[in-house]
Amino acid sequence: MSLAPIDAATLYGLTGAVLVGIGLYGIVLHEGFIRRLLAFNLLGGGVFLLFGVIARRGAGAGFSGDPVPQALVITGVVVAFCATALAITLIERLAAEDDANDGDGSS
Amino acid sequence: MLDLALDLLITALVIGVALWTIRTRDDFAAIVGFVAYGLLLTLAWARLAAYDVALTEAAIGGGVTGVILLRASVRLKPVTTARTPIGVRVLVGLLCAVISAGLAAVVLLPVSPPPSLAADVRSHLASTGLGNPIAGVLMAYRALDTFLETVVVLLALFGAWSLTPDRAWGGRPGAPIPTASFGPLPLFGRLLIPIGVVIGIYIVWVGADAPGGKFQGATILAAMWILAMMAGLTEAPPIGRWRLRLLLAAGPIVFVAVGVAGIPLAGSFLAYPEALAKPLILLIEVALTLSIAATLGLLVAGPPETAPGTEL
Repeated sequence: MSLAPIDAATLYGLTGAVLVGIGLYGIVLHEGFIRRLLAFNLLGGGVFLLFGVIARRGAGAGFSGDPVPQALVITGVVVAFCATALAITLIERLAAEDDANDGDGSS
Repeated sequence: MLDLALDLLITALVIGVALWTIRTRDDFAAIVGFVAYGLLLTLAWARLAAYDVALTEAAIGGGVTGVILLRASVRLKPVTTARTPIGVRVLVGLLCAVISAGLAAVVLLPVSPPPSLAADVRSHLASTGLGNPIAGVLMAYRALDTFLETVVVLLALFGAWSLTPDRAWGGRPGAPIPTASFGPLPLFGRLLIPIGVVIGIYIVWVGADAPGGKFQGATILAAMWILAMMAGLTEAPPIGRWRLRLLLAAGPIVFVAVGVAGIPLAGSFLAYPEALAKPLILLIEVALTLSIAATLGLLVAGPPETAPGTEL
Protein backbone atom coordinates (compact mmCIF):
# COMPACT_ATOMS: atom_id res chain seq x y z
CA MET A 1 0.00 0.00 0.00
CA SER A 2 1.44 3.37 -0.97
CA LEU A 3 0.27 6.97 -0.99
CA ALA A 4 -2.03 7.85 -3.90
CA PRO A 5 -0.64 10.29 -6.49
CA ILE A 6 -2.05 13.81 -6.31
CA ASP A 7 -4.25 13.67 -9.40
CA ALA A 8 -7.84 14.59 -10.23
CA ALA A 9 -9.25 11.37 -8.72
CA THR A 10 -7.47 11.92 -5.38
CA LEU A 11 -8.52 15.57 -5.30
CA TYR A 12 -12.21 14.76 -5.86
CA GLY A 13 -11.99 11.86 -3.43
CA LEU A 14 -10.76 14.21 -0.69
CA THR A 15 -13.56 16.63 -1.63
CA GLY A 16 -16.07 13.79 -1.23
CA ALA A 17 -14.65 13.00 2.21
CA VAL A 18 -14.96 16.66 3.28
CA LEU A 19 -18.52 16.88 1.92
CA VAL A 20 -19.57 13.86 4.01
CA GLY A 21 -18.31 15.65 7.13
CA ILE A 22 -20.03 18.94 6.22
CA GLY A 23 -23.33 17.19 5.48
CA LEU A 24 -23.21 15.17 8.71
CA TYR A 25 -22.53 18.36 10.71
CA GLY A 26 -25.64 19.97 9.18
CA ILE A 27 -27.86 16.92 9.82
CA VAL A 28 -26.84 16.84 13.49
CA LEU A 29 -27.04 20.56 14.25
CA HIS A 30 -29.84 21.98 12.12
CA GLU A 31 -33.32 22.01 13.63
CA GLY A 32 -35.31 22.96 10.52
CA PHE A 33 -36.46 19.89 8.56
CA ILE A 34 -35.73 21.42 5.16
CA ARG A 35 -32.18 22.28 6.26
CA ARG A 36 -31.60 18.76 7.51
CA LEU A 37 -32.84 17.45 4.18
CA LEU A 38 -30.39 19.72 2.34
CA ALA A 39 -27.57 18.52 4.60
CA PHE A 40 -28.59 14.90 3.93
CA ASN A 41 -28.29 15.58 0.20
CA LEU A 42 -24.90 17.29 0.64
CA LEU A 43 -23.71 14.14 2.44
CA GLY A 44 -25.13 12.00 -0.38
CA GLY A 45 -23.26 14.05 -2.97
CA GLY A 46 -20.02 13.36 -1.09
CA VAL A 47 -20.66 9.60 -0.96
CA PHE A 48 -21.42 9.55 -4.70
CA LEU A 49 -18.20 11.43 -5.38
CA LEU A 50 -16.25 8.73 -3.48
CA PHE A 51 -17.89 6.17 -5.78
CA GLY A 52 -16.77 8.32 -8.72
CA VAL A 53 -13.17 8.09 -7.53
CA ILE A 54 -13.41 4.29 -7.24
CA ALA A 55 -14.80 4.24 -10.80
CA ARG A 56 -12.05 6.53 -12.12
CA ARG A 57 -9.26 4.49 -10.54
CA GLY A 58 -10.83 1.33 -11.94
CA ALA A 59 -10.47 2.63 -15.51
CA GLY A 60 -9.47 -0.11 -17.88
CA ALA A 61 -10.45 -2.26 -20.84
CA GLY A 62 -10.72 0.92 -22.93
CA PHE A 63 -13.20 2.62 -20.59
CA SER A 64 -12.44 5.92 -18.88
CA GLY A 65 -13.86 4.50 -15.64
CA ASP A 66 -15.28 1.31 -14.17
CA PRO A 67 -18.90 1.37 -15.44
CA VAL A 68 -20.31 -0.61 -12.48
CA PRO A 69 -19.85 2.04 -9.73
CA GLN A 70 -20.96 4.72 -12.21
CA ALA A 71 -24.20 2.81 -12.85
CA LEU A 72 -24.68 2.44 -9.07
CA VAL A 73 -24.31 6.21 -8.64
CA ILE A 74 -26.92 6.88 -11.36
CA THR A 75 -29.34 4.59 -9.53
CA GLY A 76 -28.39 6.28 -6.26
CA VAL A 77 -29.02 9.80 -7.55
CA VAL A 78 -32.50 8.82 -8.73
CA VAL A 79 -33.36 7.07 -5.46
CA ALA A 80 -32.03 10.04 -3.45
CA PHE A 81 -34.28 12.33 -5.48
CA CYS A 82 -37.31 10.11 -4.76
CA ALA A 83 -36.58 10.12 -1.02
CA THR A 84 -36.10 13.91 -1.11
CA ALA A 85 -39.35 14.49 -3.00
CA LEU A 86 -41.29 12.31 -0.55
CA ALA A 87 -39.61 14.01 2.45
CA ILE A 88 -40.46 17.48 1.11
CA THR A 89 -44.10 16.51 0.63
CA LEU A 90 -44.16 15.17 4.21
CA ILE A 91 -42.59 18.39 5.55
CA GLU A 92 -45.14 20.50 3.65
CA ARG A 93 -48.04 18.46 4.98
CA LEU A 94 -46.66 18.70 8.51
CA ALA A 95 -46.41 22.50 8.16
CA ALA A 96 -49.99 22.65 6.82
CA GLU A 97 -51.25 20.62 9.81
CA ASP A 98 -49.38 22.93 12.19
CA ASP A 99 -50.95 25.99 10.55
CA ALA A 100 -54.43 24.45 10.80
CA ASN A 101 -53.92 23.69 14.51
CA ASP A 102 -52.65 27.22 15.18
CA GLY A 103 -55.74 28.63 13.44
CA ASP A 104 -58.07 26.68 15.77
CA GLY A 105 -56.35 28.13 18.77
CA SER A 106 -56.44 24.60 20.18
CA SER A 107 -52.72 24.06 20.32
CA MET B 1 -0.81 21.87 -14.67
CA LEU B 2 -3.80 23.78 -16.02
CA ASP B 3 -5.92 20.67 -15.46
CA LEU B 4 -4.91 20.49 -11.82
CA ALA B 5 -5.63 24.21 -11.37
CA LEU B 6 -9.12 23.72 -12.83
CA ASP B 7 -9.74 20.74 -10.53
CA LEU B 8 -8.56 22.75 -7.52
CA LEU B 9 -10.91 25.58 -8.48
CA ILE B 10 -13.92 23.23 -8.85
CA THR B 11 -13.23 21.40 -5.59
CA ALA B 12 -12.76 24.71 -3.71
CA LEU B 13 -16.08 25.97 -5.12
CA VAL B 14 -17.93 22.73 -4.26
CA ILE B 15 -16.69 22.81 -0.65
CA GLY B 16 -17.29 26.55 -0.37
CA VAL B 17 -20.88 26.28 -1.60
CA ALA B 18 -21.52 23.26 0.68
CA LEU B 19 -20.26 25.25 3.70
CA TRP B 20 -22.44 28.21 2.69
CA THR B 21 -25.49 25.94 2.39
CA ILE B 22 -24.92 24.71 5.93
CA ARG B 23 -23.87 28.02 7.49
CA THR B 24 -26.40 30.51 6.10
CA ARG B 25 -29.32 31.39 8.38
CA ASP B 26 -31.74 31.96 5.50
CA ASP B 27 -33.54 28.81 4.24
CA PHE B 28 -34.05 30.22 0.75
CA ALA B 29 -30.36 31.08 0.45
CA ALA B 30 -29.53 27.53 1.50
CA ILE B 31 -31.76 26.11 -1.26
CA VAL B 32 -30.14 28.36 -3.88
CA GLY B 33 -26.77 27.23 -2.54
CA PHE B 34 -27.80 23.59 -2.89
CA VAL B 35 -28.81 24.06 -6.55
CA ALA B 36 -25.41 25.65 -7.22
CA TYR B 37 -23.82 22.69 -5.42
CA GLY B 38 -25.62 20.28 -7.80
CA LEU B 39 -24.36 22.14 -10.85
CA LEU B 40 -20.78 22.28 -9.51
CA LEU B 41 -20.91 18.52 -8.80
CA THR B 42 -21.89 18.09 -12.46
CA LEU B 43 -18.58 19.72 -13.40
CA ALA B 44 -16.78 17.42 -10.95
CA TRP B 45 -18.35 14.36 -12.60
CA ALA B 46 -17.39 15.64 -16.05
CA ARG B 47 -13.79 16.08 -14.80
CA LEU B 48 -13.88 12.45 -13.60
CA ALA B 49 -14.88 11.46 -17.17
CA ALA B 50 -18.20 10.08 -15.86
CA TYR B 51 -20.41 11.88 -18.38
CA ASP B 52 -23.48 9.69 -17.78
CA VAL B 53 -23.36 10.55 -14.08
CA ALA B 54 -22.76 14.24 -14.90
CA LEU B 55 -25.94 14.29 -17.01
CA THR B 56 -27.91 12.58 -14.22
CA GLU B 57 -26.58 14.97 -11.58
CA ALA B 58 -27.39 18.02 -13.73
CA ALA B 59 -30.90 16.83 -14.59
CA ILE B 60 -31.98 15.22 -11.30
CA GLY B 61 -29.52 16.11 -8.52
CA GLY B 62 -29.46 19.84 -9.31
CA GLY B 63 -32.40 20.46 -11.63
CA VAL B 64 -35.54 18.62 -10.52
CA THR B 65 -34.49 18.49 -6.85
CA GLY B 66 -33.98 22.27 -7.03
CA VAL B 67 -37.47 22.86 -8.46
CA ILE B 68 -39.12 20.74 -5.77
CA LEU B 69 -37.09 22.50 -3.03
CA LEU B 70 -38.17 25.89 -4.37
CA ARG B 71 -41.79 24.70 -4.24
CA ALA B 72 -41.30 23.94 -0.56
CA SER B 73 -39.46 27.21 0.15
CA VAL B 74 -42.38 29.41 -0.90
CA ARG B 75 -44.75 27.49 1.39
CA LEU B 76 -42.74 26.88 4.50
CA LYS B 77 -42.33 29.60 7.07
CA PRO B 78 -38.70 30.15 8.01
CA VAL B 79 -37.79 28.31 11.17
CA THR B 80 -36.01 30.50 13.71
CA THR B 81 -34.08 28.44 16.18
CA ALA B 82 -31.76 29.25 19.00
CA ARG B 83 -28.12 28.77 18.12
CA THR B 84 -26.61 25.61 19.55
CA PRO B 85 -24.02 26.33 22.26
CA ILE B 86 -20.53 26.77 20.86
CA GLY B 87 -19.16 23.83 22.85
CA VAL B 88 -21.63 21.41 21.23
CA ARG B 89 -20.92 22.81 17.79
CA VAL B 90 -17.18 22.38 18.21
CA LEU B 91 -17.64 18.82 19.50
CA VAL B 92 -19.92 17.85 16.59
CA GLY B 93 -17.54 19.53 14.18
CA LEU B 94 -14.60 17.55 15.55
CA LEU B 95 -16.45 14.22 15.34
CA CYS B 96 -17.52 14.97 11.76
CA ALA B 97 -13.92 15.90 10.95
CA VAL B 98 -12.81 12.49 12.27
CA ILE B 99 -15.21 10.77 9.85
CA SER B 100 -13.96 12.94 6.98
CA ALA B 101 -10.36 12.12 7.95
CA GLY B 102 -11.16 8.40 7.92
CA LEU B 103 -12.65 8.63 4.43
CA ALA B 104 -9.71 10.79 3.29
CA ALA B 105 -7.32 8.09 4.52
CA VAL B 106 -9.15 5.52 2.35
CA VAL B 107 -8.77 7.85 -0.63
CA LEU B 108 -5.08 8.50 0.05
CA LEU B 109 -4.14 4.84 0.70
CA PRO B 110 -5.78 2.94 -2.16
CA VAL B 111 -5.45 -0.81 -2.62
CA SER B 112 -3.24 -1.82 -5.50
CA PRO B 113 -4.25 -2.82 -8.12
CA PRO B 114 -7.56 -0.91 -7.87
CA PRO B 115 -10.63 -3.19 -7.95
CA SER B 116 -12.42 -2.98 -11.29
CA LEU B 117 -15.05 -4.84 -13.25
CA ALA B 118 -14.29 -2.88 -16.41
CA ALA B 119 -12.77 -5.91 -18.16
CA ASP B 120 -15.83 -8.09 -17.38
CA VAL B 121 -18.16 -5.38 -18.67
CA ARG B 122 -16.10 -5.13 -21.87
CA SER B 123 -16.26 -8.88 -22.51
CA HIS B 124 -20.05 -9.10 -22.02
CA LEU B 125 -21.11 -5.81 -23.59
CA ALA B 126 -21.39 -7.23 -27.11
CA SER B 127 -24.12 -9.68 -26.05
CA THR B 128 -26.41 -6.79 -25.04
CA GLY B 129 -26.15 -5.05 -28.42
CA LEU B 130 -25.37 -1.78 -26.60
CA GLY B 131 -22.32 0.44 -27.05
CA ASN B 132 -22.56 2.42 -23.80
CA PRO B 133 -21.07 0.28 -21.01
CA ILE B 134 -23.13 2.05 -18.31
CA ALA B 135 -26.39 1.36 -20.17
CA GLY B 136 -25.20 -2.26 -20.46
CA VAL B 137 -24.62 -2.50 -16.70
CA LEU B 138 -27.97 -0.84 -15.91
CA MET B 139 -30.01 -2.96 -18.31
CA ALA B 140 -28.25 -6.34 -18.09
CA TYR B 141 -25.71 -6.96 -15.29
CA ARG B 142 -27.62 -4.92 -12.69
CA ALA B 143 -31.07 -5.03 -14.30
CA LEU B 144 -32.66 -6.01 -10.98
CA ASP B 145 -31.34 -2.75 -9.43
CA THR B 146 -32.76 -0.74 -12.29
CA PHE B 147 -36.09 -2.54 -12.08
CA LEU B 148 -36.38 -1.93 -8.33
CA GLU B 149 -35.32 1.68 -8.86
CA THR B 150 -38.26 2.27 -11.21
CA VAL B 151 -40.53 0.77 -8.54
CA VAL B 152 -39.02 3.15 -5.95
CA VAL B 153 -39.82 6.12 -8.21
CA LEU B 154 -43.43 4.94 -8.39
CA LEU B 155 -43.60 4.28 -4.63
CA ALA B 156 -42.37 7.82 -3.92
CA LEU B 157 -45.29 9.15 -5.96
CA PHE B 158 -47.72 6.85 -4.10
CA GLY B 159 -46.29 8.17 -0.85
CA ALA B 160 -46.70 11.79 -1.97
CA TRP B 161 -50.25 11.17 -3.18
CA SER B 162 -51.17 9.43 0.06
CA LEU B 163 -50.56 12.80 1.80
CA THR B 164 -53.45 14.35 -0.17
CA PRO B 165 -56.04 15.98 2.14
CA ASP B 166 -59.31 13.97 2.02
CA ARG B 167 -61.31 16.76 0.36
CA ALA B 168 -58.81 17.00 -2.52
CA TRP B 169 -58.59 13.27 -3.33
CA GLY B 170 -59.07 12.65 -7.04
CA GLY B 171 -58.25 16.26 -7.92
CA ARG B 172 -55.48 17.62 -10.11
CA PRO B 173 -51.96 17.49 -8.62
CA GLY B 174 -50.51 20.61 -7.03
CA ALA B 175 -51.86 24.05 -6.34
CA PRO B 176 -54.20 25.32 -9.08
CA ILE B 177 -52.50 27.44 -11.75
CA PRO B 178 -54.68 29.69 -13.94
CA THR B 179 -54.58 28.80 -17.62
CA ALA B 180 -52.82 31.43 -19.69
CA SER B 181 -51.97 31.90 -23.31
CA PHE B 182 -50.19 35.27 -23.20
CA GLY B 183 -47.28 36.59 -21.21
CA PRO B 184 -43.60 35.80 -20.86
CA LEU B 185 -43.90 32.30 -19.35
CA PRO B 186 -46.35 30.90 -21.95
CA LEU B 187 -44.20 32.41 -24.71
CA PHE B 188 -41.06 30.91 -23.16
CA GLY B 189 -42.84 27.56 -22.91
CA ARG B 190 -43.93 27.64 -26.55
CA LEU B 191 -40.38 28.38 -27.68
CA LEU B 192 -38.53 25.98 -25.39
CA ILE B 193 -40.81 22.95 -25.09
CA PRO B 194 -40.52 21.71 -28.72
CA ILE B 195 -36.72 21.97 -28.53
CA GLY B 196 -36.60 20.37 -25.07
CA VAL B 197 -38.78 17.43 -26.14
CA VAL B 198 -36.49 16.71 -29.11
CA ILE B 199 -33.40 16.91 -26.87
CA GLY B 200 -35.04 14.64 -24.25
CA ILE B 201 -35.89 11.97 -26.84
CA TYR B 202 -32.40 12.27 -28.36
CA ILE B 203 -30.73 11.72 -24.97
CA VAL B 204 -32.82 8.58 -24.39
CA TRP B 205 -32.02 7.24 -27.86
CA VAL B 206 -28.31 8.05 -27.90
CA GLY B 207 -27.95 6.52 -24.40
CA ALA B 208 -27.59 3.06 -25.98
CA ASP B 209 -24.20 3.96 -27.43
CA ALA B 210 -23.06 7.25 -25.87
CA PRO B 211 -23.57 9.15 -22.60
CA GLY B 212 -27.28 9.61 -22.01
CA GLY B 213 -30.12 7.30 -21.12
CA LYS B 214 -33.68 6.94 -20.03
CA PHE B 215 -33.44 8.62 -16.62
CA GLN B 216 -31.63 11.67 -17.97
CA GLY B 217 -33.86 11.97 -21.05
CA ALA B 218 -37.06 11.33 -19.08
CA THR B 219 -36.07 14.09 -16.64
CA ILE B 220 -35.76 16.58 -19.51
CA LEU B 221 -39.17 15.46 -20.84
CA ALA B 222 -40.61 15.85 -17.33
CA ALA B 223 -39.08 19.33 -17.08
CA MET B 224 -40.82 20.33 -20.32
CA TRP B 225 -44.14 19.02 -18.96
CA ILE B 226 -43.60 20.92 -15.70
CA LEU B 227 -42.88 24.09 -17.69
CA ALA B 228 -46.10 23.61 -19.67
CA MET B 229 -48.06 23.15 -16.43
CA MET B 230 -46.43 26.13 -14.67
CA ALA B 231 -46.98 28.39 -17.67
CA GLY B 232 -50.68 27.46 -17.71
CA LEU B 233 -50.43 25.91 -21.19
CA THR B 234 -51.79 22.58 -19.95
CA GLU B 235 -53.39 21.23 -16.78
CA ALA B 236 -52.11 18.33 -14.74
CA PRO B 237 -54.44 15.32 -15.18
CA PRO B 238 -56.65 14.32 -12.21
CA ILE B 239 -54.88 11.61 -10.23
CA GLY B 240 -57.83 9.21 -10.39
CA ARG B 241 -57.75 8.88 -14.19
CA TRP B 242 -57.04 5.27 -15.10
CA ARG B 243 -55.14 6.13 -18.28
CA LEU B 244 -52.72 8.19 -16.18
CA ARG B 245 -52.25 5.35 -13.73
CA LEU B 246 -51.61 2.92 -16.59
CA LEU B 247 -48.98 5.29 -18.00
CA LEU B 248 -47.26 5.52 -14.60
CA ALA B 249 -47.17 1.73 -14.19
CA ALA B 250 -46.36 0.89 -17.83
CA GLY B 251 -42.57 0.98 -17.37
CA PRO B 252 -42.30 -1.37 -14.39
CA ILE B 253 -45.01 -3.65 -15.91
CA VAL B 254 -43.14 -4.01 -19.21
CA PHE B 255 -39.86 -4.49 -17.33
CA VAL B 256 -41.24 -7.27 -15.11
CA ALA B 257 -43.04 -8.90 -18.08
CA VAL B 258 -39.79 -9.08 -20.06
CA GLY B 259 -38.04 -10.26 -16.91
CA VAL B 260 -40.48 -13.13 -16.34
CA ALA B 261 -40.36 -14.06 -20.04
CA GLY B 262 -36.60 -14.41 -19.55
CA ILE B 263 -37.11 -17.42 -17.26
CA PRO B 264 -38.29 -19.82 -20.02
CA LEU B 265 -36.52 -18.04 -22.92
CA ALA B 266 -33.08 -17.30 -21.47
CA GLY B 267 -32.87 -19.33 -18.29
CA SER B 268 -33.27 -16.72 -15.58
CA PHE B 269 -35.29 -13.72 -14.39
CA LEU B 270 -34.37 -10.53 -16.28
CA ALA B 271 -32.10 -12.40 -18.71
CA TYR B 272 -32.54 -11.59 -22.39
CA PRO B 273 -32.31 -14.12 -25.27
CA GLU B 274 -29.15 -12.95 -27.02
CA ALA B 275 -30.71 -12.43 -30.47
CA LEU B 276 -33.49 -10.28 -29.00
CA ALA B 277 -31.45 -8.39 -26.37
CA LYS B 278 -31.32 -5.03 -28.13
CA PRO B 279 -35.01 -4.86 -29.19
CA LEU B 280 -36.15 -5.99 -25.72
CA ILE B 281 -33.93 -3.41 -23.99
CA LEU B 282 -35.30 -0.72 -26.33
CA LEU B 283 -38.88 -1.76 -25.54
CA ILE B 284 -38.19 -1.52 -21.79
CA GLU B 285 -36.41 1.81 -22.18
CA VAL B 286 -39.27 3.40 -24.17
CA ALA B 287 -41.89 2.26 -21.62
CA LEU B 288 -39.69 3.35 -18.72
CA THR B 289 -38.99 6.75 -20.27
CA LEU B 290 -42.72 7.54 -20.50
CA SER B 291 -43.45 6.27 -16.99
CA ILE B 292 -40.48 8.02 -15.37
CA ALA B 293 -41.18 11.32 -17.14
CA ALA B 294 -44.82 11.23 -16.00
CA THR B 295 -43.90 10.20 -12.44
CA LEU B 296 -41.20 12.87 -12.04
CA GLY B 297 -43.53 15.56 -13.37
CA LEU B 298 -46.27 14.57 -10.91
CA LEU B 299 -43.79 14.34 -8.01
CA VAL B 300 -42.74 17.93 -8.68
CA ALA B 301 -46.38 19.06 -8.98
CA GLY B 302 -47.10 17.50 -5.58
CA PRO B 303 -50.31 16.01 -4.16
CA PRO B 304 -53.68 17.54 -5.13
CA GLU B 305 -54.72 20.56 -3.07
CA THR B 306 -58.16 21.35 -4.45
CA ALA B 307 -61.23 19.10 -4.67
CA PRO B 308 -61.97 17.59 -8.10
CA GLY B 309 -64.15 19.84 -10.23
CA THR B 310 -63.40 23.01 -8.26
CA GLU B 311 -60.36 24.22 -10.18
CA LEU B 312 -60.14 27.72 -11.53
